[in-house]
Amino acid sequence: MHLVVCVKQILDPEIPPRDFAIDPQAKQAVAGKAPLVISTFDEIALEIALQLRDRMGQGTITAVTLGPASADEVLRKALAMRADEAVRVKGEEFGGLDAAGTAHVLAAAIRKLPPADLVLCGREAGDTDAGQVGLLLAEELGLPTVTAVTSIEGGGGAGALRFVRESEGGLEVVEGAAPILATCTNAENNVPRIPKVRDVMMAHRKPLKLLGRADLQLEEEKVAPEAYVAVEELAIPKQESRCEMVEGDSPEEKARALARKLLELKVIG
Amino acid sequence: MSIVAIGYRDRRTGQLRGSLFELLGAGRTLARGLGQPLVAVLVGSGVEPLAAEAAARGADRVLVAEHPELGEYQADRFLAAAKAGCEQAGASVVLLCADGVGEEIAPRLAHRLGGAVMTDCIAFEVREGEVLWNRPVYGGKAVATVRARRPVQVATLRPRVVDPAPVQEGRQAPVERVAVDLGGVQARTRVVERREEAAEGPRLEDARVVVSGGRGLGGPEPFRQLEELAQVLGAAVGASRAAVDAGWVPSHWQIGQTGKIIAPDLYLAVGISGASQHLAGVSAAKNIVAINKDPEAPIFKTARFGLVEDYRKVLPLLTEELRRLLGRG
Repeated sequence: MHLVVCVKQILDPEIPPRDFAIDPQAKQAVAGKAPLVISTFDEIALEIALQLRDRMGQGTITAVTLGPASADEVLRKALAMRADEAVRVKGEEFGGLDAAGTAHVLAAAIRKLPPADLVLCGREAGDTDAGQVGLLLAEELGLPTVTAVTSIEGGGGAGALRFVRESEGGLEVVEGAAPILATCTNAENNVPRIPKVRDVMMAHRKPLKLLGRADLQLEEEKVAPEAYVAVEELAIPKQESRCEMVEGDSPEEKARALARKLLELKVIG
Repeated sequence: MSIVAIGYRDRRTGQLRGSLFELLGAGRTLARGLGQPLVAVLVGSGVEPLAAEAAARGADRVLVAEHPELGEYQADRFLAAAKAGCEQAGASVVLLCADGVGEEIAPRLAHRLGGAVMTDCIAFEVREGEVLWNRPVYGGKAVATVRARRPVQVATLRPRVVDPAPVQEGRQAPVERVAVDLGGVQARTRVVERREEAAEGPRLEDARVVVSGGRGLGGPEPFRQLEELAQVLGAAVGASRAAVDAGWVPSHWQIGQTGKIIAPDLYLAVGISGASQHLAGVSAAKNIVAINKDPEAPIFKTARFGLVEDYRKVLPLLTEELRRLLGRG
């Protein structure tokens, strides 16, 4: 079984708002003090793939990223978590790729690998928060999708895979035969494993496969800058803080003061 | 060319999902701005009798993509029906709710229509014959304004950012059937099991008052205290991602960017620091009230009222006091 996991390197989304700044000309966040990290849900997708491989006792996992040289770091992370292979499509050879372009390039890269039984993506990237690339990638590859997946196991009818996913009111189990694409989300049982030190060292020695623009069959109009969607502006919304702090000399006083405030809102009671 | 709003039935109630009425509200603004008619496309089984509701809510035309195999949501079938509906309508802008269906369908439908997709939009504007969409990025720390560069675009709207179109009693619109041929469509996925909790009290998405707990609660037991308070207030209970990942609460209690996005009148956050991913789930809440022992917690910047205190010291007292004041002994 061949599992392909798409991973993206992003500016750490956990930095506090006070350290967050925008370059309005470039229409991008300013890197500043923020470290570059693997997108949260992509790391979870890796964990889900690793757990599936553990369960099935077989399978190879290829981590794929589209990004500049710095993105090698997220591939090293994937290898340290025990992905088998890692591929970077040289993002520096493209400019202004939107979600449609990104999906098109990733599809072309995945077609150059051994056939994938399962493609896993994070539910959404931690910078764009868009949740588009995974679904567009499925359409590019002609794959069915299962979204908001938290774990995958074998043993479905006629060799199908079983996907546990988040639904509105709880959980669903969906069956689907390979090849198939899953977008992944967090749950208690898929918190990403911490790599062992020796695996981190091994990962640094492992060669990465690099794919350039010339290696891929692409429709040029799809990978033109902002081919489908243009970003007109990026701005930080102004926030007026009008938080009224509830005071009191004792917990009893504070609780009573807060209760009064809540009633004053005229929402309850 | 037309503005299309896609509607479908709620699996549990059988009624048209209320999100359609919000899409029709937004759609009317787009229709006016772009000089195009507003078309509701209803996808499902047994949706034809519901067409009148879509007309009453302002659709100029209702297309019914009706097929018995559309009773249970399945992406391949839904896509085939929605695409047929959009093509019959001559859609230039397609609106879907940013719910679980929209999440899966919108990008895939856009691809099949050769169009652009923009997800989780919180506002929009028509300017010089084009639509500009606002959507939150970087965990809600910034807002991007985006524009389609294709003649067809599919947008998902976050629930509750637009008021639902009002009911216009007696308003009618022509209703047409969409020829939905699912013979050639292979349904490649299948729901085999559902595990849903029967919730006591209001659904998180509909509740006017929500009480929510985060990492600061330290474990599953304190959520019982939150449930008690919720009972006194007639509220639903939610949680931050930290509490879900720690296994303290079921994952469908999660509120945030990738959990539930809600717009209650009152959101009481206990032991929640207020990471932007979480706040993105309640940005439309009318009042946020926070209890947190850390005075630097980011949540105090967006809260209406804040109480810096260890929740263990005040929560039971708060519950008692509210019980007393509300006469719910």
